[in-house]
Amino acid sequence: MEQHFDLTVIWAGIIGFGLMMYVLMDGFDLGQGILFPFAPNEKARDTMMNSVAPVWDGNETWLVLGGAGLLAAFPLVYSVFLPALYIGVFLLLAGLIFRGVAFEFRFKAKTSKHLWSWSFAVGSTVASFAQGAVVGAYIQGFETQGFVYSGGPLDWLTPFTVVTGLGLVAGYALLGSTWLIMKTEGELQDWAYKITPKLLAGLLTVFTIVCIYTPFVDETVKMRWFNNISIIWVLPALALFCAYVVLRAVKKRQDGMPFVASMGIFLFSYLGLLASKWPYIVPPNFTIWDAASSHNSQLFLLLGFLFVIPIVLAYTSWTYWVFRGKVKAGGYH
Amino acid sequence: MDLDPLILSRIQFAFVVCFHAIFPVFTIGLASTIAGFETLHFKTGNPIWQKLSKFWIQVFAVVFGIGVVSGIVMSFQFGTNWSNFSYATANFLGPVLSYEVITAFFLEAAFLGVLLFGRDKVPQGVHLFAAIMVATGTFISSFWILSANSLMQTPQGLELIDGMYYVRSWTEALFTPSFGYRFAHMALASFLTAALVVAGVSAWFILQKRELEANRKALSVALWFLLVLAPTQAVIGDFHGLNTLQHQPMKVAAMEGNWETSTGVPLLLFAIPDKEAQTNHFEVKIPKLASYVLTHDWDGEVPGLKDVPIEEQPPVFIVFWSFRIMVGLGLLMIAFAIWGLLLRPKGRYYQSTRFLNGLRLMSLSPFIAVLAGWVVTEAGRAPWLIYGQMTHAQGLTPSLTGGMALFTLIGYIVVYALVFSAGVYYLLQVFKGGLEKANEAPEMEEIERPKRPFSAARAAIDGEQ
Repeated sequence: MEQHFDLTVIWAGIIGFGLMMYVLMDGFDLGQGILFPFAPNEKARDTMMNSVAPVWDGNETWLVLGGAGLLAAFPLVYSVFLPALYIGVFLLLAGLIFRGVAFEFRFKAKTSKHLWSWSFAVGSTVASFAQGAVVGAYIQGFETQGFVYSGGPLDWLTPFTVVTGLGLVAGYALLGSTWLIMKTEGELQDWAYKITPKLLAGLLTVFTIVCIYTPFVDETVKMRWFNNISIIWVLPALALFCAYVVLRAVKKRQDGMPFVASMGIFLFSYLGLLASKWPYIVPPNFTIWDAASSHNSQLFLLLGFLFVIPIVLAYTSWTYWVFRGKVKAGGYH
Repeated sequence: MDLDPLILSRIQFAFVVCFHAIFPVFTIGLASTIAGFETLHFKTGNPIWQKLSKFWIQVFAVVFGIGVVSGIVMSFQFGTNWSNFSYATANFLGPVLSYEVITAFFLEAAFLGVLLFGRDKVPQGVHLFAAIMVATGTFISSFWILSANSLMQTPQGLELIDGMYYVRSWTEALFTPSFGYRFAHMALASFLTAALVVAGVSAWFILQKRELEANRKALSVALWFLLVLAPTQAVIGDFHGLNTLQHQPMKVAAMEGNWETSTGVPLLLFAIPDKEAQTNHFEVKIPKLASYVLTHDWDGEVPGLKDVPIEEQPPVFIVFWSFRIMVGLGLLMIAFAIWGLLLRPKGRYYQSTRFLNGLRLMSLSPFIAVLAGWVVTEAGRAPWLIYGQMTHAQGLTPSLTGGMALFTLIGYIVVYALVFSAGVYYLLQVFKGGLEKANEAPEMEEIERPKRPFSAARAAIDGEQ
């Protein structure tokens, strides 16, 4: 039994880390799509898209790995979340497809360019909202019978998940706008400075609602936060501190700090959520150990990861090195 | 009429998987073709090979891009519509799919960047190496996927405990008895696809009198490959069929439209199988030939569908006709290969308008043949999801309603229709641009967006080029 415990925790760490990486990396490029319709002009939109074009699709390979890794390490999550979020998953995928191809076609298009702009904007927003709703649904928990989801098709869509959905849209937009502050200059950067505090206010509103609501869904969570004032209170405190740093940096018109601090908000909120729910991975009934795949399978894949991932990182960094210094938003000059 | 989530999910899966399959089957073969062109260029220094490589890399980039996008949908289909199946097989399927991502997808993605954009940044040998790595990645990917599929066809190495499979032996589970045949059959199909598309497109260019020297060379190479591959595929297909006869007799019975187990069974050229009446109408047959093909003995015994109750029989009509379409197209490919050989003397193969026009049409044939082949093997497994162990009904997501399945089915059809018609339209623009456009120097005002598949292609999606 002891061995099983170890591997499952290792896998929870890998998946948890992977998810965080995905949120941070895909977050700011989804944010470009959310901000797209509000951008000052068409030239700004070209720059916004160019600033993330070289990186976005690598991020989506990680999403596929996340899906496959979840099936391998925690099959119960895969087989409960996906049926429960059936319609939401479809919206997520449709959104990702529309925004993905927009990257390719918008620059090739001449007469149909505005269509691909809309495809990018709507696709990104829908995909972000769906991801936020998934977080909300996870907090709410799932109705299960045995190891099978037994709720209805739209159980995931409640006022609370709509709020978390909108919250993630605001959050990704914040990552997007602070990314623009860091990566651009002139008119576009001014605009990004201007909208950042508004997006931050939107995100903090949702943050507050989630903080108040989450303990009341689940008795264990309530006990954890209120019965003994423990070290975990430091996590929301740090998230709020990061929000303050964003605001101060925007006021001082610093370039890099708003983006870093925005990532900090995400990181500490995420850790806070994990601290609330641990070790429940399919709330309210199943822990990571209930959801785990067999020891043999976890081991088989972990060995592969240990051998293959260093090789993957080696050749991936080699290709980055080949293209060093050439990733620019503009053209040849 | 009640909406049946089972039927709708099967239609949905068939739709998304067929749509997806078109793209990798082409890119697997094309990646090797490109690696071949690059090798020839490296060895001979003849710039014609580079010209060809540059053009086909652009085609590859677009097809690969569409394949990746449609592949993301696939990785979620198992969970959304077949959650019981996913849960039961997760101990096997999860690691296999994860291995596919880490051993193949990352390899393809990383080296594709170098292949598309690194020609002037790395030494020629390294660029060739990148081409070979991309081709290798596509094969590793098909290894894992076909291994997973073969386990569903001929399961072994697993143990079922409390509704969940546990892997008893990874070697047995990864290399099931049908795996080798399936892999060889599919790999050859990919090469055939590439050969026929290259032949068809080159023929089209030759008919238009464009870049004659390069396109003649490409056509010549493609025809040599066709001559070797098409007959070999028939032999491999025969072995695969014998393997199926041994492990999945009902699939073979449906392929042959044979209802009663008997000896000296005729080969049906035409028939309308009727599952309800448990018989065929309008049979046109060649005596004893099915027995000979399947057992290599004129009086060999061939299993009949009536060996199992009607609810365990596959959809006979679909399997029967898909099989005939596949074999018919395969024979047509062999015919074209021989025709091409006969036209070899004095280079008539690039002069005969009739032959070139025929090749143009034949460039669609491998896609139809591959899809038909997959329908044979997948529908022929029905009602089993895992042969003899789990039915489609048992693997379905329990909470799925007909309305939900219909909603997403229509949704995927609409999304694919919009997005992929744009992709295919764009591919046609790349074809129209031809070798000439692909070999132009990059324009000065072109915005640099490295490491993106479609950015390798230079055509405009709409308006003037």
